[in-house]
Amino acid sequence: MKQIHLKKIRVIIALIFFLSLTFFFIDFRKHLPEFLYDSFSYLQFIPSILKFVSMLSISASGFIIVLVLTSVFGRIYCSSICPLGILQDIISWVNKKTRRKFRFRYTSPVNYLRYPLLALPVVFYLAGSVFLLLLLDPFSNFGRIVSDIFQPVYLGINNAGSRFLEKLNVYFLYPEDITFASWETYIFPIFILALVIWMTVSKGRLFCNSVCPVGTLLGLLSRISVFRISMLKDQCTQCGKCAVVCKSTCIRIKDLNVDFSRCVGCFNCISVCPEAAIKYVRNKRQQVIPEEPGSRERREAIQTLGLILFGIFGFRRKLYSQDIQQDGIPVVPPQNTFPTEIKPEKNYPVSPPGSLGIDHFTGTCTACHLCVSACPTQVLQPSLLEYGFTGIMQPYMNYNVNYCNFECVICSEVCPTGAILSLSKEAKKITQIGQVVFILESCIVYTDNTSCGSCSEHCPTKAVKMVPYTSALTIPETNPDICVGCGACEYACPTKPYKAIYVDGHSIHKVAKEPETEELEQPDLEEDFPF
Amino acid sequence: MRAVIFRNFVTIYLLRMERREFIKKGLGAGILTGSALALKPYPKSFARHHSNQVPDLVAVKGGEPGVLFDKGILALGGMKKYVKPNQNVVIKPNIGWDTSPERGANTNPELIARIVEHCFSAGAKTVYVVDHSTDEWTRTYKNSGIEKAARGAGAKVATGNSESHYHPVHVKNGKSLKNVLVHELILESDVFINVPVLKDHSSTMVTAALKNLMGVVWDRRWWHDNNLHQCIADFPTEIKPDLNIVDAYRVMKRNGPRGVSVSDVVTMKYQLLSEDIVAVDAAAIKLLGREPGQVGHIRIADQMGVGTVDLTSLDISRIEV
Repeated sequence: MKQIHLKKIRVIIALIFFLSLTFFFIDFRKHLPEFLYDSFSYLQFIPSILKFVSMLSISASGFIIVLVLTSVFGRIYCSSICPLGILQDIISWVNKKTRRKFRFRYTSPVNYLRYPLLALPVVFYLAGSVFLLLLLDPFSNFGRIVSDIFQPVYLGINNAGSRFLEKLNVYFLYPEDITFASWETYIFPIFILALVIWMTVSKGRLFCNSVCPVGTLLGLLSRISVFRISMLKDQCTQCGKCAVVCKSTCIRIKDLNVDFSRCVGCFNCISVCPEAAIKYVRNKRQQVIPEEPGSRERREAIQTLGLILFGIFGFRRKLYSQDIQQDGIPVVPPQNTFPTEIKPEKNYPVSPPGSLGIDHFTGTCTACHLCVSACPTQVLQPSLLEYGFTGIMQPYMNYNVNYCNFECVICSEVCPTGAILSLSKEAKKITQIGQVVFILESCIVYTDNTSCGSCSEHCPTKAVKMVPYTSALTIPETNPDICVGCGACEYACPTKPYKAIYVDGHSIHKVAKEPETEELEQPDLEEDFPF
Repeated sequence: MRAVIFRNFVTIYLLRMERREFIKKGLGAGILTGSALALKPYPKSFARHHSNQVPDLVAVKGGEPGVLFDKGILALGGMKKYVKPNQNVVIKPNIGWDTSPERGANTNPELIARIVEHCFSAGAKTVYVVDHSTDEWTRTYKNSGIEKAARGAGAKVATGNSESHYHPVHVKNGKSLKNVLVHELILESDVFINVPVLKDHSSTMVTAALKNLMGVVWDRRWWHDNNLHQCIADFPTEIKPDLNIVDAYRVMKRNGPRGVSVSDVVTMKYQLLSEDIVAVDAAAIKLLGREPGQVGHIRIADQMGVGTVDLTSLDISRIEV
């Protein structure tokens, strides 16, 4: 195969990943089956590691494949699989089409930025916080950009299209009201999008080579990769065409050196070289770069990686199991209290079903917002400070927006990090993510002496039941044991400004009792009309 | 905040407009609407001619939902009495909850399909099926089986869960409910067929024809907040269905309106049909073993002249299949 085709192959693979992942994040009707979500997010590096840690399952081993791929081919991940990397290539491509005479030039690596930005998230993670991973993970940043910024645009187009079709009496697209989260949660995705655009336009792949921890980590590994880009001394005329198209600015013509730790494997250089003097070759055979101390570097790289991986799977696992013990045995699960005050007192925010509890969820979720995009009721919304500052943008159940559909488990199916673990419908229906609290003094029936029952009407388990109150009226009565915490009662309650019924989240999810059922007597079909 | 203020202004402005004026102004651009208004011969006037021959209320029992409807509509004088050639029909089932048909929380899909077929046989141009679902609507439409059944019969399935489809209507004789946002298909269509499912209801004791109309308005929570039974009775003083068909094939006898499991449901194989929305509800509640007088909205609707609660004064046709 001619190496000139490498770029084409890269572009095709990249487009498949990019378009699929983009569609996952903007599709609000969830048209695609869940196995597609799994297969396309399977290879996403940080989500895959997190999922592996929380599930210890082979189904979350995508990051191992990425490591193997990188040790053989270099950082091809960054140009063909990572959606944020591909987004930069698209920005770059548009930039090239609109601006003439744009040339890249070799720059030195920004080591003082890239190594700390790799080390800090790892240290934070080992200490039990995903906060920095959440901020820096390229997949999650891409997810937030698409889900928070592009999905509303897509919804707008969908709505305009559906109204147009309705005028033609075609009922095919349907409008969907756009729900916005609190505006502060948009600051970071917009900032990252602006940063990525600016860096791409002016500095090429600087984001991947200085900010992104995955880029830096794979860069370390690519130092030992089997195949790499090398310049053939005897054929190269030093025309410099390769360096001009190098987005990673890692080709130094002066000494025919390619800094392969920053090379994202786009193969643009190969496709422009008129002499075929820059090639993708086996590392050992080509000793083009004379001063490379191959064996020492290799040893160092292996050591670093080994330490990181050991840390992640050993230390972190231990910490995590301690958490569970601590929370499971000595620490008494919080009791929901019935506040006498009118303002609902929520001790905990409500994390989605399947997330086990707030610790597991906030310790694993990188806020990619795939669940936010896919949630059919939009009850999952990016949080601001509900989980504390380090949980910023992690989704929570916002019962002002809607309530959790009793039959739905979509968020648990799409979550790529294992923050929301897969849940069967049956298991979901007895997963108690919070418990109902009723404030009698705020209830319409109590204050206005009129019928209401909105809460009980919406309750899927009848944990809220209407019981006789006065001769003509009934009033809610709660049975928190069978409550699943879906928030239907809270959403439906008409009182303002504070709800008379609400769900207080659980720090650790519990199992709800199943509602008792008793057979009804079937009516006699032969009986005469009762009127 | 600014957006909210602006929105309020728009709402106030729109609320001041009369319903028809709004249709002319807001939707007048639609040729469809224009022709719909021009063509509108009110089916009510036809009904009066026949009032001596046809019963006020038809109760059918003992068959499958489709068969019950065939017999019932025949007894009422046939669908042609309600649907004239080239008219647009809107069918409003109860598609409230994301549950399967066996749970009896939504109108029977087979019945909806049969009604759609009858409308087309009578010459309807377009038949729409719409409800403002309580649970997430795409799942609810799908899992209730109604979307598939209605589409299969040729109807257009519309959503009731986007605020953009709702337009202000002034309820002239309303006591609690003065202004309300109503789905445009209800406002624009020539014939409005109300097809509730009979259920126990935690808020209003029973849900049938009157209560089902809460699914054609946008802000139901406001009703709960402002004398629910009065609001339910107020609404039909302004907008009344041309025909009410109460599906009592599977009846949820407790834990309504959503139900907890199939054990809440009994099979009764009944269907009630009437132009009188109060009479049909009065008969429906008797099927649940309760009295119409116990239910606030039925009683108030009768007092407000929406219909007749006293079944003894009505000509009832009772049919066993």
